[in-house]
Amino acid sequence: MGKFHDRILALAVAIGLIVSAAGFAHAGPYEDALEKLTTDDYADTADAVTAVATSGNSLAAPLIAALQDGRLQFSAKDKKVFIKTADDKLIDAATGKPADGAVPDDLDTVRVNNRLRGVIDAANGALTLMAPDAAKRYESAQAVFKSRDAAVLPAVEKALEAEKIPRVKKVLTEARAAILLGAEDTTPADKVAAINIIRDRGDQDSLALIEGLPADTPAEVRAAAAAASAKIQRNLALWNTVQNLWYGLSLGSVLLLAAIGLAITFGVMGVINMAHGEMVMLGAYVTYVVQDVIRTSYPGLFDYSLAIALPLAFLFSAAVGIAIERSVIRFLYGRPLETLLATWGISLVLQQAVRVAFGPTNKEVGNPSWMSGAFDLGGILITYNRMWIILFTAIVFAALLAMLRFTRLGLEMRAVTQNRQMAAAVGIRTARIDALTFGLGSGIAGLAGVALSQIDNVSPNLGQGYIIDSFMVVVFGGVGNLWGTLVGALTLGIANKFLEPFAGAVLAKIAILVFIILFIQKRPRGMFALKGRAIEA
Amino acid sequence: MFTSNHTAARRPTARKWLAATAGFAFAVTGAISSAQAQDTIKVGVLHSLSGTMAISETTLKDTVLFMIDEQNKKGGVNGKKLEAVVVDPASNWPLFAEKARELIAKNKVAVVFGCWTSVSRKSVLPVFKELNSILFYPVQYEGEESEYNVFYTGAAPNQQAIPAVDYLMSKDGGSVKRWVLAGTDYVYPRTTNKILEAYLKSKGVKQEDIMINYTPFGHSDWQTIVSDIKKFGSAGKKTAVVSTINGDANVPFYKELGNQGVKATDIPVVAFSVGEEELAGLDTKPLIGHLAAWNYFESIKSPANAEFIKKWQAFTKNPKRTTNDPMEATVIGFNMWVKAVEKVKTTDATKVIDALPGITTPNLTGGTSTMLPNHHITKPVFVGEIKGDGQFDVVWKTKGLVPGDAWTDFLPGSKDLESDWVKLKCGNYNTVTKKCGGQAS
Repeated sequence: MGKFHDRILALAVAIGLIVSAAGFAHAGPYEDALEKLTTDDYADTADAVTAVATSGNSLAAPLIAALQDGRLQFSAKDKKVFIKTADDKLIDAATGKPADGAVPDDLDTVRVNNRLRGVIDAANGALTLMAPDAAKRYESAQAVFKSRDAAVLPAVEKALEAEKIPRVKKVLTEARAAILLGAEDTTPADKVAAINIIRDRGDQDSLALIEGLPADTPAEVRAAAAAASAKIQRNLALWNTVQNLWYGLSLGSVLLLAAIGLAITFGVMGVINMAHGEMVMLGAYVTYVVQDVIRTSYPGLFDYSLAIALPLAFLFSAAVGIAIERSVIRFLYGRPLETLLATWGISLVLQQAVRVAFGPTNKEVGNPSWMSGAFDLGGILITYNRMWIILFTAIVFAALLAMLRFTRLGLEMRAVTQNRQMAAAVGIRTARIDALTFGLGSGIAGLAGVALSQIDNVSPNLGQGYIIDSFMVVVFGGVGNLWGTLVGALTLGIANKFLEPFAGAVLAKIAILVFIILFIQKRPRGMFALKGRAIEA
Repeated sequence: MFTSNHTAARRPTARKWLAATAGFAFAVTGAISSAQAQDTIKVGVLHSLSGTMAISETTLKDTVLFMIDEQNKKGGVNGKKLEAVVVDPASNWPLFAEKARELIAKNKVAVVFGCWTSVSRKSVLPVFKELNSILFYPVQYEGEESEYNVFYTGAAPNQQAIPAVDYLMSKDGGSVKRWVLAGTDYVYPRTTNKILEAYLKSKGVKQEDIMINYTPFGHSDWQTIVSDIKKFGSAGKKTAVVSTINGDANVPFYKELGNQGVKATDIPVVAFSVGEEELAGLDTKPLIGHLAAWNYFESIKSPANAEFIKKWQAFTKNPKRTTNDPMEATVIGFNMWVKAVEKVKTTDATKVIDALPGITTPNLTGGTSTMLPNHHITKPVFVGEIKGDGQFDVVWKTKGLVPGDAWTDFLPGSKDLESDWVKLKCGNYNTVTKKCGGQAS
């Protein structure tokens, strides 16, 4: 029954089309494909996408874009498909005209799954190969390289002829080679040529392509493939080392950022501050609050949210730090055990306070656009968020160093920590300096929180994950020495990342811990120990 | 409605002394409080409200309170109102046992809803056995257990992990040939991955096509692992990641996936511990298409689910509050317990436990779940893809309900074991030696 009814309907639609819009006169592959979009079946949708993409209809590109964004609607009852535009207007996909009045009431979105997304990407790649925007053409060519759909070959050849920009042309050539390599009717000589082009690309995807050749490939092609694969692997192994270094640098910078505040409170002042992690956590929550306000009131400012959050997080964490110092820690100077227990208690109080105020679940802190995504540098992929965090850490470290070295406050801080009595004797208000130093350490922890909110959970437990690592870095680097903290953090980060590929994340962590324990046995004061009488006080 | 609690005494002598004192106090203040005690049926809630697990467990506490509220609106159970006794085991495993003892011995609760991690469940087992009480455990777990006093309303491995892998092997799932099993380093991922590895091998997957990776709790630097996964995935065969990564480590994991550009169309990740709640802390746009396997999704359209979500959001006074799979398991467990108590007209633990197998109750996705003799339940299995709005779009489901299997058929130590508390009265009956008390692997 369905079939006959469908035919009649299709005929009716076709006749309607002839009458209404002469431009789309006959029921071609495009119109047939549209009908398949109304069955709510993934396999049918996939067929339809391929048919639409190769139909040459001018509506094909907007239709596929709509499908990709979940803006394509269908009515199962009327067998009609509509494109929803960005401003929520419906366009009849068959005619390209606005669907005024005649909108069926059973509209539903055409659903996509992963397999379909692959098909759509490929179709899109083929459709936008001739796009006026060079960046878009580049992306399309990359998509074709990945999908290597043989049906796209003519489009690639056409685009290749027209292409002027070398960067895009290169990818197009590679895409063409990828298709030829996969096609069954390519001659062995052409296949070898294709392999050489792909070899020069030299990345993981190329390796996959070459390694994935079927078993019945001719011997000469297989030999070329083996040689190309070996070359790519050598190349990749080299980049692998560079990549591990980069990862280590990135992990080290995160460790440094988390530990640098502790290097002040624990390293310089000698306070075992177990609530340090919670200062980091508070900084992250300040970021969340700032973003929340921006989202609801000033959405245009979102990309500046982190810049706004930084001073606020510093001030807030510093204020909390000063309050803790004035109310608890100052009574416990020189009693490390009590300080440890008291600050541990404070950390639990702060965690639970945040849990009560914001709920126990993770809070969403978005990445501004300039912190999302990645770019290729040679053979490694550099993610923007990690790169900015490394830069940010370097700036914070330099600023802190300059502050301690060149400002009056810095001078007084150093004086108080080196010899309290003497500093008091020359007229420095030591109690005030204590509070400010602790506030500075806490404020820097707050800054760390802003950065860590970009890569980690923003939850009440955020700080706990970093407190042990921070202490490890400070103790390893040498108590009381900022440069020690820097070297310590980077050493641990890089060592961890070079161990991880061999030993796995769990063992790498254990190995580092064991190493530090042994190291402390040998050098109890860490790598860069302060010398002289001051340290004995 | 709440009863506050102090830490229970641990040493037996101290407990006796405490009991004696309590008895004396009871006798003095006597009549009033005992009359009150008989008016209500006490329901224990043993979920962490502080510490690392609070992130997941707090919601389940609220769910039990919500269900009790709903039940009391209907007049309670057997003419008595229900009363919640909430304790906070603070994500501390030994404290779970202590608090369980407190709930059962001191507060005389009729039933306990609680635990999330397997280690917390294992720590309270002896207490429930000794004091003969009932625990409803609402979280998906690794199986390999069936206890007289425990009812498992979450998914066993055959109700989550194995169907998910089946889907990925199917044409619609992408005909995956190469597998990364990534998990947090503790008992649930380790056991699940052992079962999956055996299952994959039984399906003809070779050893070199399986990569197993464990990370510590709360792991936050995923750069190396994500790039390893990318490398493993570019061997020319379709690759998928099966993730048993624990809740907290997931946000940085997915962020790294998004940043390194691992798209679901290239390497899909199917997760067993990521639900609506975990996604709430994430921008899901880069993650569209990654998968999760559960027995319930908030986005499933059914009248029961729509009503539940409406009432839940009204109860929590938060129109955005999400629902998730362990919540549904709690709801099913709660309703089954109510039905059993109404059937035997008492809250006596032994009678209720014996009455529970065979009890049926509608689940929220439009089917009817049954409590099986092995103390697991029947549930449908869904695979959902992450959408841009933090919800899931169901792309696949099992044809009918899947009965929970306590002992997996894919591990040598447990394939001969069978659990049946009705006929065999045994949780680990060995079908080869015909003896109860077979070896758990």
